[in-house]
Amino acid sequence: MSALEISAKIKAGELKVVDAVRPCLDALKENRHNAFTPVKTGHEERVLKKAESLQKRIDAGEFVDSPLAGVPIGLKDNVSQINELVTGSSKMLTGYESVFNATIVDKIEQAGMLIVGKLNMDEFAMGSTNETSFYGAVTNPHNNDRVAGGSSGGSAAAVAAKEIPLAIGSDTGGSIRQPSAFCGVVGMKPTYGTVSRYGVLAFASSLDQVGAIASNVSDCSALLSVISGEDKLDSTCVTKKPFCLETIDESANLSGLKVGIPRNFLDVDVLDKEIKESVTAAIETFRTAGAIIEEFEMPLMEYIIPAYYIISCAEGSSNFSKYDGLKYGYRSEKAKTLNEVYRLSRSEGFGMEVKRRIMVGSFVLSSGYYDAYYKKALQARELIKNNYLKLFEKFDVILTPTTPITAYKLKSHQTESEIANVGIMKMYMGDIYTASVNLAGLPAISVPCGVDGEGLPIGLQIIGDSFADEKLLGIAKAYENIAGSVVKA
Amino acid sequence: MKFNHELVSYLEDLSCLALSEDEKATLQSDLEKILNHIQIIDKLDTEGVIPRSHPFDNVNAFREDVVVSSFDRELILKNAPEKNDEMFIVPKTVE
Repeated sequence: MSALEISAKIKAGELKVVDAVRPCLDALKENRHNAFTPVKTGHEERVLKKAESLQKRIDAGEFVDSPLAGVPIGLKDNVSQINELVTGSSKMLTGYESVFNATIVDKIEQAGMLIVGKLNMDEFAMGSTNETSFYGAVTNPHNNDRVAGGSSGGSAAAVAAKEIPLAIGSDTGGSIRQPSAFCGVVGMKPTYGTVSRYGVLAFASSLDQVGAIASNVSDCSALLSVISGEDKLDSTCVTKKPFCLETIDESANLSGLKVGIPRNFLDVDVLDKEIKESVTAAIETFRTAGAIIEEFEMPLMEYIIPAYYIISCAEGSSNFSKYDGLKYGYRSEKAKTLNEVYRLSRSEGFGMEVKRRIMVGSFVLSSGYYDAYYKKALQARELIKNNYLKLFEKFDVILTPTTPITAYKLKSHQTESEIANVGIMKMYMGDIYTASVNLAGLPAISVPCGVDGEGLPIGLQIIGDSFADEKLLGIAKAYENIAGSVVKA
Repeated sequence: MKFNHELVSYLEDLSCLALSEDEKATLQSDLEKILNHIQIIDKLDTEGVIPRSHPFDNVNAFREDVVVSSFDRELILKNAPEKNDEMFIVPKTVE
């Protein structure tokens, strides 16, 4: 049952909120894919109690305009919810209880939705396999030997395994779209600024965007309509509300649509043959449905990953200076001086991938290297952005694979204890199709478009022009309608 | 570019970390590999290009500057590793 159907049944009195949420709580307890992070004692009782009170409000006629009233949802473990644990799946924040709600949590509650729990992620969103999580990797519901992807791995896996109907994710360089592709679900990173980031643990503030993961495009649209909109607590949040469920044209068709295909994206060495075939078939689906397909050469391709890593690490190293062992979070017991409190707490509290990226960030921002790396990356960003502006004068959407390969084997980037050197670059190259979208602030959605020989899902990425999110969702829906359910859950 | 032990220690200071010798050795090799990959950016002609630090030109949507209540002290101190009733406690900083 889709999230929209769950809500419709609840509002029609055919389903109780408690009965909708109980299977989710059972899944949380069982945690078959390690998609959920730990909860406080008495959690289940508290959620069930909330479900009962929510039921009363729905019965009394509240939330009639909410498309998702009564629907259970999971939050990525970087979203602050008052009096609940939020850890960024890091040892640094184990036991940390938020004292406020993220704006999106308020919006979710105002829409009459019910939060089930928190979802596992790469530590502070730094990773693409969910293996950097303090709580361990999330397994892929399609194959337990494979990763769910990351950093929103728990969000994608829990939706794919039908443990929850909807999940919140965040996306800095592909962290919603890549795990959605790996797990065969729909994941959208909207235009930068359309969803508030207040109360969401920051990784790279100019790239981070909160978005939705669902089992189908309509559910994804509905969730985005709930969480988007201006926020006085986030100055980067735009003032207009670009998501209105009513104006997403669910009957949109692909006829006459101008679709750009970056030819060189399909010719990169790292692209898996089966993904190329699957995405080529999806392009043919668009063509058959009347879309006008035109290939082009994406300029600056080789600069995307370097610019993305330089900027994200720089912003991350700066954002993470707040984890100092003083005000909240982990404090080293070995520390005797103030300086030791800072240094030892950070060294013991952060995992290796986070330390690695902080070091890269410190390097590119340091005196003598700033101009050569950080400033240069910001200039590359400007060129990448300008290029997209030109492309969207010509195209309605751009189609690419979401990822160059399907879900990695667990620990394929690691040696005995650390991520192997050869694996680091392989892991980073996985962001080749997704990262430029964040650099330019564009909306992009990953929709399932097939499976490989091993039955692992393949994602098609549809990139739209900035603030054309509703149009993008309409197009994704039209593709979904034609392509049908190509990935068996 | 070569990453020597000295540069790793310098970055360790800037990052406010205290790394073990093993971690330093791992990071020295990792950083060298990462930096060798990302320094391709040096080849990009960026003459006259304005650096972009934000996806859109209109960076901030400002609200009215009105004083509103923030968090109670009790809440701010709730997650502190060490505290008393009104402040965070840290090791003595002046001998």
